[in-house]
Amino acid sequence: MAHQAHVPGFLMTTMDKGVNWARTRSMWPASFGLACCAIEMMATGGSHNDISRFGMEVFRASPRQADLMIVAGRVSQKMAPVLRQVYDQMAEPKWVISMGACASTGGMFNNYALVQGVDQIVPVDMYVPGCPPGPQSLLHGILSLQEEIMAGTIRR
Amino acid sequence: MSDTPHLATGDRETPTIEPPEPVGGLDDATSRREIHDVWVAGTEEQEWVRAATDEGAQEMLPEAQDAAATIQRGTAVDDDYIGEGGADEDQRQILNMGPQHPSTHGVLRLHLEIEGETIRRVKPIIGYLHTGMEKTAETLSYMQGATNVTRMDYLSPFHNELAYSLAVEQLLDVEIPTRAQAIRILMTELNRVASHLLWVATQGMDIGAVSMMLFGWQDRETCLEFFEKVTGLRMNHNYIRPGGVAADLHDGWEDDIEDLLVRVSAGIDRDEAILNKNPIFLDRTRGIGVITPEECRQYGVSGPIARGSGIAHDLRKVFPYSGIEQYDFDVPVGKHGDVLDRYLVRIEEMRQSLRIVEQILNTMPAGDFRTDDRKVTPPPRQRIDESMEALIHHFKLFTEGFRVPAGEAYQGVESPRGHLGVYIVSQGGARPWRLHVRAPSFAAVQAMPVMMTDLLVADLVATLASADPVLGDVDR
Amino acid sequence: MSEEQSTTEETTTEGVEDAGSDRVMPTDENLAALACEFASAEFEVFEATGASWDIVTVSSDDYHGLVAAAHAAGYTLFIDLCAVDYLRRTPRFDVVVHIESISAGKRLRIKIGVPASDPSVASISDVFAGANFFEREAYDLMGITFTDHPDMTRILLPDEWEGHPLRKDASVGSVPVQFKASYKAP
Repeated sequence: MAHQAHVPGFLMTTMDKGVNWARTRSMWPASFGLACCAIEMMATGGSHNDISRFGMEVFRASPRQADLMIVAGRVSQKMAPVLRQVYDQMAEPKWVISMGACASTGGMFNNYALVQGVDQIVPVDMYVPGCPPGPQSLLHGILSLQEEIMAGTIRR
Repeated sequence: MSDTPHLATGDRETPTIEPPEPVGGLDDATSRREIHDVWVAGTEEQEWVRAATDEGAQEMLPEAQDAAATIQRGTAVDDDYIGEGGADEDQRQILNMGPQHPSTHGVLRLHLEIEGETIRRVKPIIGYLHTGMEKTAETLSYMQGATNVTRMDYLSPFHNELAYSLAVEQLLDVEIPTRAQAIRILMTELNRVASHLLWVATQGMDIGAVSMMLFGWQDRETCLEFFEKVTGLRMNHNYIRPGGVAADLHDGWEDDIEDLLVRVSAGIDRDEAILNKNPIFLDRTRGIGVITPEECRQYGVSGPIARGSGIAHDLRKVFPYSGIEQYDFDVPVGKHGDVLDRYLVRIEEMRQSLRIVEQILNTMPAGDFRTDDRKVTPPPRQRIDESMEALIHHFKLFTEGFRVPAGEAYQGVESPRGHLGVYIVSQGGARPWRLHVRAPSFAAVQAMPVMMTDLLVADLVATLASADPVLGDVDR
Repeated sequence: MSEEQSTTEETTTEGVEDAGSDRVMPTDENLAALACEFASAEFEVFEATGASWDIVTVSSDDYHGLVAAAHAAGYTLFIDLCAVDYLRRTPRFDVVVHIESISAGKRLRIKIGVPASDPSVASISDVFAGANFFEREAYDLMGITFTDHPDMTRILLPDEWEGHPLRKDASVGSVPVQFKASYKAP
């Protein structure tokens, strides 16, 4: 065993896998809380569910420092331009999770005031169902997104 | 933590009780803070004004004493900022805060006109969460309506459902069994505790006590676990419905409540131990964001903000609903109208709510959890298998809904944020003709310029958090 | 004070009949002067669980004066202001105001009919500063203009929005949902 200590260790992987691994393990969400889902998003960050187990506890107030936008709640027509602006301010690579029924489809509020699905404004990578999704659902959505990133390439 | 003295109810027959034990850090001779925990009928119609103290904070003074003090009167800003400012325009700048800002508790946007660090004018801009719920309510049957209103103030969903259900029941004129009423009070009072716990968490975090964030959420989860057991959901329960509640309490709920009472009251003790002696917390809340009783009445501000300013007004006492008058509880009232008094009022309200919960635990009546009026209540599940009529009735009730006599009803309940009112106009159909919600946060946001004028920008965050606005409630 | 109120309320739920006329007088004696002062004010009694309070319907000319008089009579706590669209009724709209007297433990509902041809009433934001936002909301969603309001602009909807969505002749604005084959456009 002793002579092996002099051999410099090395690790073989592909560039894609290495970069993707690094990206998934420090994905910082922008705190884009809108409605009920924002409370569950905060609960996910709280001590009980502890999102920091996945390297994501650093909710950034500034979109410039964030990789992931969790659209947590219903998006009104008045909020839509703001949401798009926040998304545009985020640096690449960036991902979007549409959290909850309202953000994904408009939910039960099929009316004049709401954008019927946030995917009309920004590209969405993962939809989390529920009204509101519990912390476990959101964590599952986040882990699924991490898997998706791991499976992809680093084109962006 | 089996010794929870404030939960003992046996020795509290009379509403007059001894003042709470002075907590450390608050009872030094110069700035003793007391919260009256005695319910006072009516209120002292004394005129108070806001004045600046030497330390740069604000305080409330009786109008007679104000001769030397600099009187400040907060005003709402009505105009836009273009061309405003006059001679000292160079000194002032406009700061936009929100709608995407971590301290605005959602999507509130504030236009600040600041002079250095001092806020001269504030204009709240709302509507970023406007969901059109009042319009949606007109397309949903009365049975479905609870799913809609429960999503308004998403931190106190039970109160929304209760106000809506009581308003519908006023028009229906149905008798609600006492067990259903007790379950309603149980859930709403626990909801008040959960909401205030979240408030303590966010208020603490906004002014730098990040540990409060973790502790507050932890205790709130205790309440949510119980909600999930009873209703199946952590939030947006749709549990309280016209005619009663959706389901009876589960077996063994008494044990859950006993466990919850111990854990949550221990949590409140711990929160107080952290904050009440914390000099940073006290300095950042004392004399900040003062609003006088007259301003509260003018702006329709209610709930803990109004009580923190000394208005002894609680709908549970003034216009009791759902049998809450049979429980023994006190209404804490503050004296100074600042952030610290609102904190103390909310802490004591949590204790009083737990007191009510403990009384319900001991006196929960037997009976049905919903009315047996077949006009409103669907037939029991086993009847549907046996009877064709029951099946048809069930189907009609859930597709068409029940019809409600024409008329109009207004029902207010005391939500954690204040006076939550539902005004329903029925024209005899199965859907409301008009449903209007009087949102407590709407009035609180409106009064924010009053509280924030001439504060520092950093104090704005403390004041904003102390008003506890829920933007889903404001914009609906 | 509240004990006295609760005992008297039960006996006077039908309203006190004014001697000499068949006009219903308010249950709160503080408001009796209002009934005499404003000829267009018609009182009735609203009964709810635990309390009964007064409803007054008033013409839009007397509205501002009545609100100011009620404020002077102790109704200093502003609760609510909203508008209702009755569509086929004349006048088409109602503006409904709720105010409360803390000392008397009473609420008062004030209703004003507003015609569709000229949907405007006086603003009460000079009496109750809190009516400001509520009137803006009623303007935004129902299209009722409040004269002498300091800032009659939209509050909930974007500034460039057209129409007033809570009016009954405005559609819900829903979009078709794909999986619902039986969907009918509103």
